[in-house]
Amino acid sequence: MSTIARTWALVVKDARSELRTRYAMNALVMFVITSVATILFAMREDQASPELLAGMYWVVVFFSSMSGLSRIFVSEEEKGTALALQLIASPTVVYVGKLLFNCGLTLLLTLAVTVLYLIVFPGFVVASLDIFAVTWLLGSLGLASAATIIAAIIARANTRGTLYPVLSFPVLIPLLMTVMRSTIRALAGEPFENALGEFQVLFSYLLVMTGGSYLLFEHVWKD
Amino acid sequence: MRIVKVLSIILITFVLIAGIAIPLSPAPQGLFEFPIIPGLEDKARNIFYHVPIAWTTVLAFLVSMWYGYRYLRTRSIDDDLKSVSSAGLGFMLCILATVTGSLWAKFNWGSFWNWDPRETSIFVLLLIYGAYFALRSALASDEARARLSAVYAIIAGLTVPFFIFVLPRMVAGLHPGAKGDVDGSGPVLEFKMAPNMRVVFFSSLIGFTLFYIWLLTLRIRAARLEHHVADQHS
Repeated sequence: MSTIARTWALVVKDARSELRTRYAMNALVMFVITSVATILFAMREDQASPELLAGMYWVVVFFSSMSGLSRIFVSEEEKGTALALQLIASPTVVYVGKLLFNCGLTLLLTLAVTVLYLIVFPGFVVASLDIFAVTWLLGSLGLASAATIIAAIIARANTRGTLYPVLSFPVLIPLLMTVMRSTIRALAGEPFENALGEFQVLFSYLLVMTGGSYLLFEHVWKD
Repeated sequence: MRIVKVLSIILITFVLIAGIAIPLSPAPQGLFEFPIIPGLEDKARNIFYHVPIAWTTVLAFLVSMWYGYRYLRTRSIDDDLKSVSSAGLGFMLCILATVTGSLWAKFNWGSFWNWDPRETSIFVLLLIYGAYFALRSALASDEARARLSAVYAIIAGLTVPFFIFVLPRMVAGLHPGAKGDVDGSGPVLEFKMAPNMRVVFFSSLIGFTLFYIWLLTLRIRAARLEHHVADQHS
């Protein structure tokens, strides 16, 4: 089997196992709904400004992803299948496979949050669709990349649930600050060129995180 | 090591006395008068303490990262002891840099905290140190603790260039070196300092660096002994 075929087999295996239990998906969807509902209760009849909504959008995305993205490695530890995976696949295959799965999950998550925001917040109107689309793509991939390596680290610790957001937050701050700025631009309807600076930061963040994780993953994965 | 200890004590004592005691003067004459900087006045003295401490904080983090990387290569527990000793010192220095910076901000900018890009950076560094120690306490075996915390230190270190070079350029701030600052728009500040202030400043920089090296060697020796004792009891 070639490396690509092995990686794909791993993604399919994770997707199948996810579709059978729907553990991560249920956690993500319920987290999104409860956090958006909490924001609605807090705001009551007030109309939030687009700046505030852009910030709140990524607050919901951050905390929701912290509830589900660690599943990919934690489930291997809990089911006791990590050792078998270490034997049959190289660290690169495991890393790329898990990263691809988390990327897909994060893209779906941010899409769901976007749809929900468009429905419940009248002030959330995407005026520059191109800026929003690129922010959505680069933001989700960068988030998934950092979340995957941190998930691999905390899968070995004994207080996983609380540790995950604590470890992820400092690493994700450059990404969160940048996506919040470019989301504000998208809601304000600015031209595409204005957001190029943010996109450069997001793209370099994605490259640095993925490259660093790729080089370090072997040390996390193998005992 | 004795020379490091003695030199750091002498230099820091000199900086504490000279930095506070030398009077300000509108037309400085000779070595024993500092110029008055409009808008800063006596508050300018903070640069002798805050900047060297902040520099040592970053140095401690880089040293910790470097020994974390070394640990991954050698798998010798001694490198991990060095890494965690440096991180502990860095955490303490980071708190000192935050407090000295925040006090200065209160009297110069009007509030203790206003999310200037540099304030955000030091806040993130505090969070990274906190997360690093939280991770270490959650891992049971020595080997896993050393390995995973080294990886985390490196991953967290990858975000540091964004805080030093990228975000301060994008977000307008009050700190010297921020976007819109005519005098110091580079990552390294080109401050206009009187020659005698420069002597005190660089004495402080060297003094605090030596102080850090002295404490680091002490902590590494203590960590080795602790490790040795724990080994004998298990």
